[in-house]
Amino acid sequence: MSFSKLTRRGLIKTSAVAGAGLALPTYLRADAHAGYTNAPTGDTVTLGFNVPQTGSYAEEGLDELRAQELAVQHLNGEGDGGMLNTFSSKALKGNGILGKKVTFVTGDTQTKSDAARASAQSMIQKDGAIMINGGSSSGVAVAVQGLCQDSGIIFMAGLTHSNDTTGKDRKRNGFRHFFNAYMSAAALAPVLKNAYGSERRAYHLTADYTWGWTQQESIAAATEAVGWETVNNVLTPLQATDFSAYLAPIQNSGADVLVLNEYGGDMVNSLTQAVQFGLLDKEVNGKKFEIVVPLYSELMAAGAGPNVQGVIGSMNWNWQLQDEGSKAFTKSFGEKYGRPPSNSAHTCYVQTLLYADACERAGTFNPCGVVEALEGFEFDGMGNGPVLYRADDHQCFKDVLVMKGTENPSNEYDTLEIVEVTPRAQVEYDPDHPMFAGGDLGECNPGA
Amino acid sequence: MDAILLQIINGLDKGSAYALIALGLTLIFGTLGVVNFAHGALFMIGAFCSVTLQKILTISTISIDETQKDFLGRPLEVKTPIIENWFGPDIGGAIINWSVPLAIVFAIPVMLVIGYVMERGLIKHFYKRPHADQILVTFGLAIVLQEVIKYFYGANPIPTPAPDAFRGSFDFGALLGLDTALAYPYWRLVYFAFSAVIIAAVFAFLQFTTFGMVVRAGMADRETVGLLGIDIDRRFTIMFGIAAAVAGLAGVMYAPINSPNYHMGMDFLVLSFVVVVVGGMGSLPGAVLAGFMLGILQSFASMNEIKAILPGIDQIIIYVVAIIILLTRPRGLMGRKGVMEE
Repeated sequence: MSFSKLTRRGLIKTSAVAGAGLALPTYLRADAHAGYTNAPTGDTVTLGFNVPQTGSYAEEGLDELRAQELAVQHLNGEGDGGMLNTFSSKALKGNGILGKKVTFVTGDTQTKSDAARASAQSMIQKDGAIMINGGSSSGVAVAVQGLCQDSGIIFMAGLTHSNDTTGKDRKRNGFRHFFNAYMSAAALAPVLKNAYGSERRAYHLTADYTWGWTQQESIAAATEAVGWETVNNVLTPLQATDFSAYLAPIQNSGADVLVLNEYGGDMVNSLTQAVQFGLLDKEVNGKKFEIVVPLYSELMAAGAGPNVQGVIGSMNWNWQLQDEGSKAFTKSFGEKYGRPPSNSAHTCYVQTLLYADACERAGTFNPCGVVEALEGFEFDGMGNGPVLYRADDHQCFKDVLVMKGTENPSNEYDTLEIVEVTPRAQVEYDPDHPMFAGGDLGECNPGA
Repeated sequence: MDAILLQIINGLDKGSAYALIALGLTLIFGTLGVVNFAHGALFMIGAFCSVTLQKILTISTISIDETQKDFLGRPLEVKTPIIENWFGPDIGGAIINWSVPLAIVFAIPVMLVIGYVMERGLIKHFYKRPHADQILVTFGLAIVLQEVIKYFYGANPIPTPAPDAFRGSFDFGALLGLDTALAYPYWRLVYFAFSAVIIAAVFAFLQFTTFGMVVRAGMADRETVGLLGIDIDRRFTIMFGIAAAVAGLAGVMYAPINSPNYHMGMDFLVLSFVVVVVGGMGSLPGAVLAGFMLGILQSFASMNEIKAILPGIDQIIIYVVAIIILLTRPRGLMGRKGVMEE
């Protein structure tokens, strides 16, 4: 082998061509400059808001979208700034994120896992979304969280209440600000004991999917711990229109409490029909019969109308809170849209600001930098008092609200009232708690 | 025993809704030969007639109450229904309270017109097309109708309560001298009685009026009736309107049982088709019989004792029964020879 024909000039030319050839694919993928998926290259950054715009949760999706739009305005320095004024972190200056103006695209989850994945995929691949936020179902949240993990995108969950989202299905790229079924149960059990006594027999109707199962497991364990007995647990199909066949057997079951582990239209229908069956007028075992709805929502309470009156449940947040952050958000939202925000709107708004703040503090949009900035992050001023984004499972820990249907509503938004703000310490649990076991965050995936 | 009794009563009101929808479907199929997938949407529109009348009756004047605050701390806007201003709070309040029964009067002309417009405007153009085309166009129409309702009323269920007089439940246990409670909501009993009246009225109309006789003759042999110089098409169009009104009335009275939402029609549609097929295509008594039978069977399948032996049976019982009946009686329970067989 001879190198006699290889000149110095030839070597440089060959190296330059080879180098350009190797670099070309990388150059054509703009995001690869920074080593992560959808790295913003211009003067804007795109967020993807994936909410139910059709289907039975469309009203919740619409409210989430309103809040997300408001968050983008505040990030870009428009409007009154909302919670940016009360947020304990002062990294956000109202000039977008890392100096880039925030834009957004939206997708329709249809409250179906496959449709939600498809719309998130489209926003990531076609629109260059760097973060996905939103949703009103745990099935959707788990599916989209998995997709974001695989794609190297940050997922800031919306309304998802199943233990699994930050339990067995937790992912390093996924974060949940909303509370979960365990926390609802931990907050509710002492209030239920005080209100209805410790010798109660509970009959559960449970939506037959991931959220219903974990909700039932959590509330049954918590109420049994305060002395209640679980008489029966009946799984009901999703979107059942008529619950009469499931409600009728309760009358002679010996139960004196009905726990409705149902959400959305199912909650509205089951509660309405339970009231029609006269359950709340009954007296069993010498006690007044009671109904408990572990997860409340303002929009569902409005759908159930007067049937929610006096019924106890829990919420992540409510516009009636009087801390500065809640007041600022309710004012911004109320003045813009003429109605108070729901708790799903609140969680989406907060999640969007938290993501933006994490980027600012990390100094990058790189998902791994954002993950590092969010893990173990403690903040205040966004409702619910001091909050911790726990590093072990990416679950936010904060105060939980126990609510009751307003007995004498004074206006159309006066459907629920705050019974108790349960302190954070009472709803905390170990990351390896059996109800959350089997999950592994895995490694951060920057994609690209 | 009491549990069985309760599930029979339970099945009757569910069966009432199935029977009313299936009756309308069969009327349309028997007269016009059209497989109407928009029929569930007519049920839904009926329920929204209740919602609409409630909204009309609660149109309010707004006054500012400085002593109360809204959610932003501004003086509260107090709404007073105009009807209460006109008739006083007692009579006005009672009219609003009875909005669902009053909606029957409101819904009949509305549903007749909707049925007439649907038939003349769209469906008549598909009479000579294959059933697959009819299914596609009526299914598309159903989606359009539900999206229109969603646009105007939103996706959330809208509470539409029954009159206060019918709130609460009736204890069958006490009536029958049983020790156990067998409470059943008053409004569901009203719904069952209402359905029985509507079904009887439709049968009486077909059986005892000249118009009904001609329609029955047309259902049996359309060509011959036409040759006698009778404008059978016009009568069939009117029957479409009546079928729409029957579905609508089923929806009006169902509103207090399930808060109406835009997709409630789809929830009933598939089951109602199964009811029609089990009852026998084109057979009106078959539709009613199958409606009640499947309603009661579905209630029994939801019993905890049954589900403990066969988990999930409540979800599939109707289809299992449909398969068994179609295997043993291919024309359904009371199907006529020659219908859907050419």
